[in-house]
Amino acid sequence: MFKPLLSAPHVVQRGEVKPAAAWAYRAFAVLIALAAGGVFLASLGYNPFRVYASMLMGALGTPGMQRETVKLTIPLAMASLGVLLAFKMRFWNIGAEGQFALGAVAASYFANFQPQLPPALLISLMAASAVVLAGLWGLVPAWFKTRFGTNETLFTLMLNYIVLYIITYLREGPWRDPAGGFAATPRFPRQARLPELHFPSIGNVHIGLIVMLLAVVLVYLYLRYTKQGYEIAVVGQNERTARYAGMPVKRIVLRTMFLSAGICGLAGMMQVAGPDRQLTDAVAGGRGFTAVSVVWLARLSPLGSLAVAFLFSVMQKGCSMMQTEFRIPASMSDILQGIVLFFVLGAEFFLQYSIRRRREVPA
Amino acid sequence: MTPSPPAIQLVGLTKCFDRTTACDRIDLDVRRGEILALLGENGSGKTTLTNMLSGIYQPDAGRVLLDGKPAVIRSPRDAIRLGIGMIHQHFKLVEVLTARENILLGQRGPLKTRPEDALASFGMAVDLDKKIYDMSVSEKQAVEILKVLCRGADKLILDEPTAVLTPQEIQHLFDALDRMRKEGKAVIIITHKLDEVMAISDRVSVLRRGVNVGTVETARTDRYFLTELMVGRPLDLDVRRAEAPLGPTLLKVSKLTARDEGGRQLIQDVSFELRGGEIMGVAGVAGSGQKALCEIIAGLEKPSDGSVFMDGQRIDGLTPREIIRRGVSMAFIPEDRLGMGLVGGMNIPDNLLLKTYRDEKGIILRRRKAREEAQRMVERLRIVTPGLNVKLSKLSGGNVQKVLLGREISLGPRVLITAYPVRGLDIGASMTIYDMLNEQKQKGVGVLFVGEDLDVLLSLCDRILVLCAGRVSAIVESRFATKALLGMKMTGLRTDKEDEYV
Repeated sequence: MFKPLLSAPHVVQRGEVKPAAAWAYRAFAVLIALAAGGVFLASLGYNPFRVYASMLMGALGTPGMQRETVKLTIPLAMASLGVLLAFKMRFWNIGAEGQFALGAVAASYFANFQPQLPPALLISLMAASAVVLAGLWGLVPAWFKTRFGTNETLFTLMLNYIVLYIITYLREGPWRDPAGGFAATPRFPRQARLPELHFPSIGNVHIGLIVMLLAVVLVYLYLRYTKQGYEIAVVGQNERTARYAGMPVKRIVLRTMFLSAGICGLAGMMQVAGPDRQLTDAVAGGRGFTAVSVVWLARLSPLGSLAVAFLFSVMQKGCSMMQTEFRIPASMSDILQGIVLFFVLGAEFFLQYSIRRRREVPA
Repeated sequence: MTPSPPAIQLVGLTKCFDRTTACDRIDLDVRRGEILALLGENGSGKTTLTNMLSGIYQPDAGRVLLDGKPAVIRSPRDAIRLGIGMIHQHFKLVEVLTARENILLGQRGPLKTRPEDALASFGMAVDLDKKIYDMSVSEKQAVEILKVLCRGADKLILDEPTAVLTPQEIQHLFDALDRMRKEGKAVIIITHKLDEVMAISDRVSVLRRGVNVGTVETARTDRYFLTELMVGRPLDLDVRRAEAPLGPTLLKVSKLTARDEGGRQLIQDVSFELRGGEIMGVAGVAGSGQKALCEIIAGLEKPSDGSVFMDGQRIDGLTPREIIRRGVSMAFIPEDRLGMGLVGGMNIPDNLLLKTYRDEKGIILRRRKAREEAQRMVERLRIVTPGLNVKLSKLSGGNVQKVLLGREISLGPRVLITAYPVRGLDIGASMTIYDMLNEQKQKGVGVLFVGEDLDVLLSLCDRILVLCAGRVSAIVESRFATKALLGMKMTGLRTDKEDEYV
C-alpha cells in the first residue's frame, strides 16, 4: 500500500570510503576529464585519439622527451612540497610563485657576483641563501597573520608581484649584463650550474632530481613522524585546541611558513642553476600557482604531489609536441589541467555524498 | 463519531546514513490538543526524525500524514506552509533586528496571526520592539516560538527547549505550551530530562537506536520505566556525592575581571577558593561568564584585573603550557564538543598525545605509549569505537567526551576544570562521567564543574558558585540549597542592575 510519494533524487551523506575505492574514483575522474577534453578537441576538428597519442609520444616517446618531462617535474614537485607544508596547517600560501622566484634571485647573486668561490661552496651558498631569503619572505605574511590576523591568501598573492618586479628591476638596472644587446641578466658561469648526473635510461639530469626525490621522502616523514609535523596538523585542524594544549601556535605558524617558503625558494634555485642558467622574470613561470592545484589534487599527500606533478608535466610537455604536430596552441595544456582539476574536485563531492531515490518501505 | 485524524502521523518513516539506519520504520502520531514527548538517548534518531519533519532531510522510505492527508516536505519552507513549526536548540534570529522584524523577516504575504494576538493567547511576555541582542535566552526562545505561531504553525516541534533555561523560565515555557495544548495545537517536545517529560506531556514515545520502542501515556508510567525503555536496561538514576576528606586550598581566584575585545564585561570581581577533595559546581544561565572563567584559569585568556593562585603561586599570565605543568587540567566542552580540547580529524592515540607529546626527548613523535594508553582507556571507560585508528569525529558524543575527560584524568591533575561534560550525553554515559568526577574528588583533586542541570549540580557538588551576568551572585552549600534558590540567584543580579538604571 505504500506508494512512494516522491521519486525525486536527493543527496545523502556517505560514510567512510575505502582509500582504494577513493583513488579509483579519482582515476576515473581523470579519464572523464580526458574524455571531456577529447570532446573539446573534436569540436575544434581534431581527432582526439591522435592528439592524445601524440601528446603521450611527445612527453614520453623518446629518452630525450622523457628527460625533458622529468626536468619539468622537478621544480613543480618541489614547489608543491613547499605549498603542501603550509596547506597542511591551513595556511593558504598562494605565494609560492614569488618565493620560488626570490630563491632564484638569491642564487643568482652568488652565481653572478661571487663566482670565484670554490664550486662546492658556491653551490651550497646559492642553495642556502635561496632557502633563507625565500623563507624570510614567507615569514612576512605569517608574522602579519599571527600579529594582526591578516588574510594570508591575499597577502601571499600580492607578494608574488613584488618579486616579479624586483627581477625586472634587476634585469633592467643593476644586474643587467653589459655584454648583452638587450636587457638581460648575465648567464651563469659554469661553476654556478648544478652538476648533472647520468641516468642510463634518460641521460643527464641535474642533481635537483635527487634533491627533489629526497625532499618528497623527508616531507612525508616530517609530517608523519615528527613532533613538528604533529603540531602542524593540530594547528591546521583546530587552532583553539592547539592553544589549549599549550602549543606555541605563533611560533609553529612562523616556523612552518619559513619552511614552506624556503622549500619553494630552493626549487627556484634549482631551476635557475639547473635548466635556466640565467635569471629571467619567467623563472617561476606559473609553477607556484600550478603547485596549488597539484597539492589540492594530491589531497595534501607528498607522494601524491609527486605523481600529480609528473602528470601535469606530461601534459605540459606533450602539449608542446601537440603544438608542433597539429598546430594546436600549447595553452591546450592549461585547458586540460583545468578540466582535470574540475573533474577530480567534482569526484570529491561523490566521495562524500551519494544521490539516492526514495525507495519502498522494506517489508 | 469517528475521531479526527492525528495532526501528525508518521508511517514507517526510515532514514539511512551510509550503513547506519538513523530512523528505522518509525510509526508515531500526535493528536491535536496533545503534547507528545519524544524521549531518547543521543543518537537514537530524535534529531533525524525532526529534521525529516521540518524538511531538512528527505526520508528514504515511509510517509508523513498531516491531518490524515499525505504530505511531502521538501524544504523548511514547505514545512511551515504545512503548519509545522520547528524550534531549534540554536536560535536562528537576526541579532540586530527587533522581535517584530524577525517575525516578519522572509515572510511572504500577511502573517496568519498578529504577534500581539499570539502573545495574548499564550501568555508570553515579549517586548516586540526590543532588539534580539538585548534579550535573554528565554526571550529569544519566545520569539522563535512566536515566529512560527504567527506564520500559522499549529504543529510545533521543540528540540530540547529547556536546556538553556532557568527553572522559573522553564515554568513559563510550560505554561505557554499548556495554553497551546488547550487551543488545540499539536506539540512535540524533544528532551532527555525525565522530570520534564512527566511534568508536561500527555504521552511519551521512546526512541532507541532509531526504533520507536514504545509509546505510553505519561499518567500511567514513571521515570524508571521510561529509563529502562530508553536505555534498554534498568539503571540507577541517582547521582551520588562521594565522601572525601577536604584537602588544602589549591586554587585561589580573587577579584577576577575580564572584558572581551569589544570591551564588554565578561566576568567581574569573581573570587572563590577551591580545595582538594571537593567538587565545586558553577551554575548560571548560558553566557554568564563561565567560558571566560575557565579560559582565564587555563591561561587561554588574560584577565584585565584580579589574580589566580595555584598552591600559593600566581599563575595568571602564564602560558597554558606552564599552567598545565602545575597540574591544572581543563576539560572544556563547548557546544560543538570538538571545538576545543580535541582534534576531530585525528584518531584517539593522536588526541591523547596533545598535552604530553613534548615530554619525550628528541624530534620524533612517539606514538607507542599513546596507543597503549588509548587501548587501556577504551577498555576501562568502555569507549565504543570500531578501532583505535578511527577519526574522533566519527565517534558519538558520549565517547568523544570520555576520551577528553579520560585524557585529562590520565594526566594526574590536581585541579580539574570541566565544563558541560555531559552535554548531549545519554543517561548511561552521564553516570559514567559523574563517577569519574567523584573518583577524582576522592583522590584529592579539586574539581570545578560547570554544569547546566541544577538537579545534578545539587546532588553531585559540595558547593555551588552561582554566576549571574559575570558576577558571583552566591556561593552555597549544596546540601542546604534548592533549585528555586539557585534559579533566583542565576537571574537575581540582573533585576538589581535594571533597578539601578530606572
